[in-house]
Amino acid sequence: MSGSVGQPIDRVDGPAKVGGKARYAADFRPSGVVYGAIVTAAIAKGRIAALDTTAAEAIPGVISVIHHGNAPQLAYAPMDPRPIVDPKTGEALRVFQNDQVLFAGQPIALVVAEEPEQAIQAAALVRASYAVGNAASDFSHASLEARPPEESRHPGGKPGALRRGDADAAFAAATRRVDASYEQPAEFHCAIELHGTIARWDHDHLTLWDKTQWVDNDRTEMAHVFGIPDDNVRVISPFVGGAFGSALRSWPHVAAAALASLLVNRPVELVLTRRQQFSSVGYRPRTVQRVRLGADDNGRLTAVIHEAVAQTSAYEEYAEMVIEPPAMLYSTPTLRADYRLAPMNVNTPCPMRAPGIVTGTLALELAMDELAEACDLDPLRLRLLNYAERDENKNLPWSSKSLRQCYAIGAERFGWSRRPSAPASRRDGHWLVGYGMASAVYPAHRAPATAHAELRADGTASVTSAASDMGPGTYTSMTQVAADELGLPINAVQFELGDSLMPPAPVHGGSMTMASVGSAVQAACRALRAKALDLEHPNRLPQDRGAMQQAYARLLARHRLDCLTAETEAMPDDAAGRFSMYAFGAVFAEVRVDAELGEIRVPRLLGVYAAGRIVNPKTARSQCIGGMVGGLGMALTERGQWDDRFGKIMNASLADYLVPVNADVQSIEALFVPEEDPWVNPLGVKGVGEIALVGVAPAILNAIHNATGRRIRSLPATLEKVMGC
Amino acid sequence: MLPFTYSRPRNIGEAATAGAQPGTEFIAGGTDLLPLLKEGVRRANRLVDINDLPLGGIRHEAAGVRLGALTRMSDAADDERLRRDYPAVVEALLAGASPQLRNLATVGGNLLQHTRCLYFHDAAMPCNKRQPGSGCPAWDGQNRGNAILGGSRACIATHASDLAVALVALEARVVLGARHGEREVPLADFHRLPGDTPQIETVLEPGEVITAIFVPAAPYSRRSTYVKLRDRASFEWALTSAAAALDLAGDTIRQARVAVGGVATKPWRLPKVEEALAGARADRSIFHAAAELAAQGAEPRQFNAFKVELMKRAIVRALADAGSLA
Amino acid sequence: MPSWSRRVFLLSSASATFLLTAAKRLGFGQRSAAAQPSPAPPPPEAQTAEIALTINGQLQRLRIDLRTTLLDALRNHLGLTGTKKGCDLGQCGACTVLADGRRINACLALAVMQQGKDITTIEGLAKDGEQHPVQAAFIEQDAFQCGYCTPGQIMSAVAFLSEGHEPTDAAIREWMSGNLCRCGAYPNIVEAIKQAAHQSTNHAPLHL
Repeated sequence: MSGSVGQPIDRVDGPAKVGGKARYAADFRPSGVVYGAIVTAAIAKGRIAALDTTAAEAIPGVISVIHHGNAPQLAYAPMDPRPIVDPKTGEALRVFQNDQVLFAGQPIALVVAEEPEQAIQAAALVRASYAVGNAASDFSHASLEARPPEESRHPGGKPGALRRGDADAAFAAATRRVDASYEQPAEFHCAIELHGTIARWDHDHLTLWDKTQWVDNDRTEMAHVFGIPDDNVRVISPFVGGAFGSALRSWPHVAAAALASLLVNRPVELVLTRRQQFSSVGYRPRTVQRVRLGADDNGRLTAVIHEAVAQTSAYEEYAEMVIEPPAMLYSTPTLRADYRLAPMNVNTPCPMRAPGIVTGTLALELAMDELAEACDLDPLRLRLLNYAERDENKNLPWSSKSLRQCYAIGAERFGWSRRPSAPASRRDGHWLVGYGMASAVYPAHRAPATAHAELRADGTASVTSAASDMGPGTYTSMTQVAADELGLPINAVQFELGDSLMPPAPVHGGSMTMASVGSAVQAACRALRAKALDLEHPNRLPQDRGAMQQAYARLLARHRLDCLTAETEAMPDDAAGRFSMYAFGAVFAEVRVDAELGEIRVPRLLGVYAAGRIVNPKTARSQCIGGMVGGLGMALTERGQWDDRFGKIMNASLADYLVPVNADVQSIEALFVPEEDPWVNPLGVKGVGEIALVGVAPAILNAIHNATGRRIRSLPATLEKVMGC
Repeated sequence: MLPFTYSRPRNIGEAATAGAQPGTEFIAGGTDLLPLLKEGVRRANRLVDINDLPLGGIRHEAAGVRLGALTRMSDAADDERLRRDYPAVVEALLAGASPQLRNLATVGGNLLQHTRCLYFHDAAMPCNKRQPGSGCPAWDGQNRGNAILGGSRACIATHASDLAVALVALEARVVLGARHGEREVPLADFHRLPGDTPQIETVLEPGEVITAIFVPAAPYSRRSTYVKLRDRASFEWALTSAAAALDLAGDTIRQARVAVGGVATKPWRLPKVEEALAGARADRSIFHAAAELAAQGAEPRQFNAFKVELMKRAIVRALADAGSLA
Repeated sequence: MPSWSRRVFLLSSASATFLLTAAKRLGFGQRSAAAQPSPAPPPPEAQTAEIALTINGQLQRLRIDLRTTLLDALRNHLGLTGTKKGCDLGQCGACTVLADGRRINACLALAVMQQGKDITTIEGLAKDGEQHPVQAAFIEQDAFQCGYCTPGQIMSAVAFLSEGHEPTDAAIREWMSGNLCRCGAYPNIVEAIKQAAHQSTNHAPLHL
């Protein structure tokens, strides 16, 4: 019996997606649905002094205009413990509960109307006047008062400071030094599916069709908002049109849609506009990092000093693992890493693909390239010289680490040896050509998950878990795991997800769905098969997958069973306390820079990843290629254009916030190093969703330096920065 | 979006009468207008759909080519003779918008498209072009996309059309139709500088429509090209662009036409650059020297100062490309 | 918030009127949209219309608000939710459909203006239950992840193949750049289109 795990299986949800039949949140059409449109605050801080809804209410078709003046006080019961997706400090925005304005773009009213056109028109007619406060909207000013995250003082909180030895003294004594600051603007997820929610109340039961990466938590949060039992809320989300972290939390518009439905007693669809998304669903926080690297004459690191300041909101403290990469990616006898937060009148940032890690790695890998130059070493050679044989941060051995193989295979496949040895030394017509590389890393997480498996009378199986699939291929990979455990062909197994009535699954983020839900699916199917074997002597079950379905069907018939079920919770073991678990990778980039016009093209990107077992090389490759495309955007085009005076993002559209288009992408390839990891989880997987973004932007920027001799230390690398004008 | 009535007149007279009423917008492709209506940047209570007017078709004549205003961008870009005789026009068409937008958008509408200034598009922001007298936040704000040429304290919004830049270089004229006949205006005079009235963007009178664009056949037309620079490789408005056309006698430039986009408040012809090129040798040092003149009078702001240099280099590249055309 | 009430007090004592807008404080003029004269709305009966659309070969009659786009007519009135809304401003291509065989952004087309045109959506692409070769190629080449931009990508790809371009990598990339894919499936999209183009030259022409 050959397993389907490890095979490049076509996506099982492919036919639905290419046929337009996959249903995303706003594709559900409950009868009698009416439409909501949000009114947002025009100021960054203050109080709503008056709200005139007369003109809006006069619009034909308008059913209600909901705002703090007429909304009921909702329970907003505190969640204890807080879900992992919510900041540990501060209070989430409570929609329409008071007159406070905390950031520009905050929802201050919601119009509900029979038709969307009427709701949108009326929303534009709601008049607010404000008592304006002094907003903190200048990042550099806010940075002056940055402070370590409150959560860093508590066990399990993200660190605000990491120390090993006396890094400052070691840096001062180092013979080779780099001291540079790197700026990263706010970056936005920009999934193509707009965030949207359809809410419907049936007596005291709430149903939400929502764009979410975690139906269970969405259910629990809404239950707390409305003060009702969890069981009274059902969240349905079978397909998520991309999210990359923006749908981890339950944002205020979800509660707004539910509140509106409660008040108008109709199902309400609320889809944010593209512009509203830029101030409603989080973003990667703007971060400035100063990195000092000290090394000896041979290029061995003697000191790493990494200081990061990131923005957060005035009402919540969103913290990331920015200083983890400098603490563990390379071997260094001394380390001082500090991470501080600058509160501003902005909506709270949130995780965006590889949160924190991509940020910290960006600065570290740019600085390593500068150190290579300072040491007159090949950048790859410098990384090998400082290879970390164990996690010096956690002081633990690696569960597995194949970064050396990633470097070697990548260098070979990319042709790293042909890298121009001196910057700005290779020219092809009016193009300057350069190569760059960077390391990639992302922790391998795992959380408890439960799956339900069922053999049906016809011998096919149905497996469920309240997981999510925002694109990596959860449907497909879980089907593969289940099919292998049950000995069934792929098409005899149906895996379903995205409904809070299903057995609980953890958040679909942090690259841990395969590790967590996959382990649960494996365990449930294993238990189910054991149940079947209890009923039947193993010798009477065939080895052939085609025959297994008939054998199961006969078995159930013989025992007069409609079905046979098993439900299993899979828990992480204690290995995470004994081993440090990370996926690693190496990214190589070739760039071409127009010597006169500064235009930058990336003809080649190669990512080589060691991420444990790869369940489906086809979908995993797509995920990695997609991550590298995201990294290309991060390197060259993406940035929130912030206006300090108004405290808002001005380029809040897909025409002005530039994500890569097809023409930006040329050759991109992803390779996987075979890696067996007995410790991470039963499946031996580490996840690839996040690591695929890590290292891409620094590899490209390092290649730009190799091509032009110019160090770009603020993202994105636009043509005026390359031209130096 | 406000509610509107919808009419679809069959002749220019009817259209002009309907269009002259306050609160009326003509709609053809709708690719520029509808997003503005949706975001509350423009308001209309009547839409006059002009797609039934007999304004389509491309007519090649000895004196030049006449593009009916309702010609879709994609159809114009597909026209073999246009590509052969006026390559800069087709290159600009293909560099503008996406294929699906080009199937909707008309060449006439393209000349009338609105600026991409970030403040103009955010209806909650002050903007003199959208709301006269409210101020220009771009002046001291996020102005990387804004103009260094032709601006005023009231407005530094860049004109967004690629096509218009190529056309103004080739000395195109626009034909304007009204109730009582037509008039012709050089494209260079069609758009107005913002001055104190940035909300008035063209010389169109109420009810007047563009009926056609006429591009004269000139000795330089075939040797014309359009260079567009942007952050993305495609599907983005120009950060800076240049159209160049050369009439060469051996190595000598008989006459040249040069215009730039993405840097000015209207499609920006550069007569001084053209004069410097006329009679000179077609080589890079001459191109560089001539391009220097483009920046005369440039008034860069904080985030768009690089355009001064970038514009010159784009001109040089366009001239070099045009010079190497067969 | 106590700090807040203090601020109101300070503002109100410092200024005769403390109801300031942020813009006015910054020296900008009166900017309230209310100051902009709004054209009077037409009578309600003139705001809607009965229209007929030909969608996937079927004539559909519906009464709509004149502001309704083809995209919203498809999704909200006809239940054809395969066509997606990603921006509603013509900036992402997720709503791409064919009108008389030509690809257009359904979010930028008023439904009332599409009467008499033959509209094809993703739901109308398969014939007799058999996937269009582009649909099959998208699955085989894994040319999507989340699948949200996919209907638009596929409609755009079908149009690309009928527009007569040479299906080179460079041409596909440029002519598919009106369809954003945030999952970054572009390389696989290019492969899928090449595969479908290859099939159409070797086998039957691509049907619509």
